[in-house]
Amino acid sequence: MASPAPTHSEPTSLLARVLDSDVFYSYRKSPVTVVASIVLAGLILAAVLAPLIAPYNPFDPSSLNLMDGYTAPLSDSMMGNYFVLGTDHQGRDVLSTILYGSRVSLFVGISATLFAMVLGVTLGLFAGYRGKTTDAIIMRIADIQLTFPAILIALLIFGFARGIIPPAQQESAAVWVLIFAIGLSNWAQFARTVRGATMVERQKEYVAAARIMGVHPVMILVKHILPNVTGPVLVIATIGLALAIIEEATLSFLGVGVPPTQPSLGTLIRIGQQFLFSGEWWILFFPAVTLVLLALSVNLLGDWLRDALNPRLRQ
Amino acid sequence: MRTKLTGIAAALLASSMLVSAASAETVRWARASDALTLDPHAQNQGVTHTFNHHIYETLLIRDLEGNLIPRLATEWYLKEGDDTVWVFELREGVTFHNGNEFTAEDVVFSLDRARSDTSNMRQLHADVAEVRAVDDYTVEVQMNGPSPLYPNNVTNTFMMDKDWSEENDVVAVQDFGAGEDNYAVRNTNGTGPYELVSREVDVESVLEYYEGWWGETPEVTEIIYLPIAENATRVAALLSGEVDIVQDVPVQDVERLSSSEGFKIETGPENRTIYFGYKMTDEPLASSNITDANPFADTRVLEAMSLAVDRNAIQQVVMRGQSIPTCVNVPPFVNGWTEELDACPETDLDRARELMAEAGYADGFSVTLDTPNDRYVNDEAIAQAVVGMLGQIGIDVTLVSRPIAQHSPIILNNETDFYLLGWGVPTFDSAYNFNDLVHTKGEEYGTYNIGLYSNPELDEKIVQLGTMTDLEARDALIAEIWATVQEDHVFLPVHNQVLAYAMRDDITLPVHPENQPSMTSVTFE
Repeated sequence: MASPAPTHSEPTSLLARVLDSDVFYSYRKSPVTVVASIVLAGLILAAVLAPLIAPYNPFDPSSLNLMDGYTAPLSDSMMGNYFVLGTDHQGRDVLSTILYGSRVSLFVGISATLFAMVLGVTLGLFAGYRGKTTDAIIMRIADIQLTFPAILIALLIFGFARGIIPPAQQESAAVWVLIFAIGLSNWAQFARTVRGATMVERQKEYVAAARIMGVHPVMILVKHILPNVTGPVLVIATIGLALAIIEEATLSFLGVGVPPTQPSLGTLIRIGQQFLFSGEWWILFFPAVTLVLLALSVNLLGDWLRDALNPRLRQ
Repeated sequence: MRTKLTGIAAALLASSMLVSAASAETVRWARASDALTLDPHAQNQGVTHTFNHHIYETLLIRDLEGNLIPRLATEWYLKEGDDTVWVFELREGVTFHNGNEFTAEDVVFSLDRARSDTSNMRQLHADVAEVRAVDDYTVEVQMNGPSPLYPNNVTNTFMMDKDWSEENDVVAVQDFGAGEDNYAVRNTNGTGPYELVSREVDVESVLEYYEGWWGETPEVTEIIYLPIAENATRVAALLSGEVDIVQDVPVQDVERLSSSEGFKIETGPENRTIYFGYKMTDEPLASSNITDANPFADTRVLEAMSLAVDRNAIQQVVMRGQSIPTCVNVPPFVNGWTEELDACPETDLDRARELMAEAGYADGFSVTLDTPNDRYVNDEAIAQAVVGMLGQIGIDVTLVSRPIAQHSPIILNNETDFYLLGWGVPTFDSAYNFNDLVHTKGEEYGTYNIGLYSNPELDEKIVQLGTMTDLEARDALIAEIWATVQEDHVFLPVHNQVLAYAMRDDITLPVHPENQPSMTSVTFE
């Protein structure tokens, strides 16, 4: 960006404005963030395109051949098939399983974060705007929930859901239960932040003006206050996504997550660690590295976003 | 202050010396799962029995070759002139852990308890009409008819103290399926070699040698029992010296452990068959997309499934050679097993698909498979492999994997459409399988008839087996029943397990064919 963007060319102005913004400037100046975002984009792209780029479909059990099992990376199996990252104990291609597994991890992570965000933001706005008893009730519930580790709450919800869903439907419901459990264990952070910001905004003149004009409170919340609290929500959502992915992996590692025939990264790690002593290191190693890369890059992006959106740190 | 500290240090030193002096006889024993309950008659399940055998005792027991040998009964015989009565002569001078003497009263009480409604052991005593004490050390068991093989059925039925049971209100057996609890679930009073010192379910149980035991003092005087569900963690515990014996060794680690310095592996065939079963009633399956019929009610579908399962691949890859493929769900030790029953047809996917089409399921169907994941060797991986194999003939299987503690109630309440189970035969006779697995589910029979298979003609023959004295004719009838069971594909057997115990190389725990080793048989070098 040597020269300022030409003002007369309207269609390019949005891109130009983005490229010229403070946020983009701080992004360009942070090589770690650039690398993290490239890694994350790569992982998400690979996960989304998994059905197109994966050499095999590990979620289709009928396509598997047990005799391919335990093939080492970069070698041919007993059956003459080639596997870049080797195969696991079921003859599944580790590379394909990671691609499909990241899909599950990302889907659960993003959905759970969205669920937590919608729930937390709604309750936070409501609590901050109404104040008094509503505020006290919602925030005390959030406080109580924050005293328990999120994973414990997720386990509790998961166990409870398993208890009320009939055995025949449990497996098809597993992913949704997982999203619900993780989402419900993470809404409190959103609610707290939004409630604080709402309380500040509520005092401002534009809100008072809207109220005098007779705008419905819901409209005030959605149209006027919400846009002003999105910054912190975005930061929490990004960091929350990393936490949700790890939470999903933890639950699957503990064996309460998705079914073993449709493994997420956590399930793959659970399976792989059985073979640590017998020498088949690749079954554990590659999924673990992928999970670390995924969680780390999301976290780094979240950190950067927090700094970039904080006016006090801006120079 | 200084003297106090010195005192504490001295006490610590003394206690650590005590520990090291006793540690030569302490064995830390790790398994994949814990005993489900300590109520001796509440669960007829191997892990539970193995643990309870250290605290409670049975009238008879099997040695390492599978022969019946005396335990609390010193002699047993058919009453002269009446082949419907078994006489057990009891060991004298045996006491329970609380000091009470063991007499015929206790045997009558225990056998009646084991025959009661909520007992999980009652199918083993289905032919018993009455148990009576003749004198303090003689018990007569009146059978419904001649039952020449009844002593085979008492090797897992534990003897309890009548007075203790009445005092603690445990005359009724814990109803395990209903999630009931009683005093005997966590407290014990047996005649066995070890007393329960402490128990934390799924974490640690400590047993200590009972000084008043009638047998020869074992080398092991303290047992620390550690359920460790994770395979890798269990092996790591052995390698790092946290445990001395690992009973459930993951097959993938057998090779590595046997070549590791300081450790050894004891192997032997196990009396346990791993098999799949399915709901065989006419009602549609709860988990299937076929809503107007039950595909498993069609024998052609069942035959197709058996043809689609590549048992040799499972043996080679999933079990790493540590299994013996089979097509009948009794192991070779058991009376009634034959090579013909055991032999499997070649895996034939084309024929299997043909059969599916003939049965009207050319497009396949969907169903849910329930498997335990901490009970049998690689149970979840076996189920997963079979999901893949069945997928090749169009059966779309959803796999649900649970710990055995959750799996058991689901299958016992017949809430499953398709399941994996392992079955051992403590009586070493096929009749045990027929009574529990094949006979129509009812009061006394068919407790583990999960698929609700029902064939009145077979039921009659099975009941008849119980009272036959002509052993040759009886064997012929067993063969006849097996023929029908195989023809109807009541089960889909996969293999017999091979047992491997791993331990420190200065300890020897011999492999027990029923996988019920006793720590009294441990020897130190």
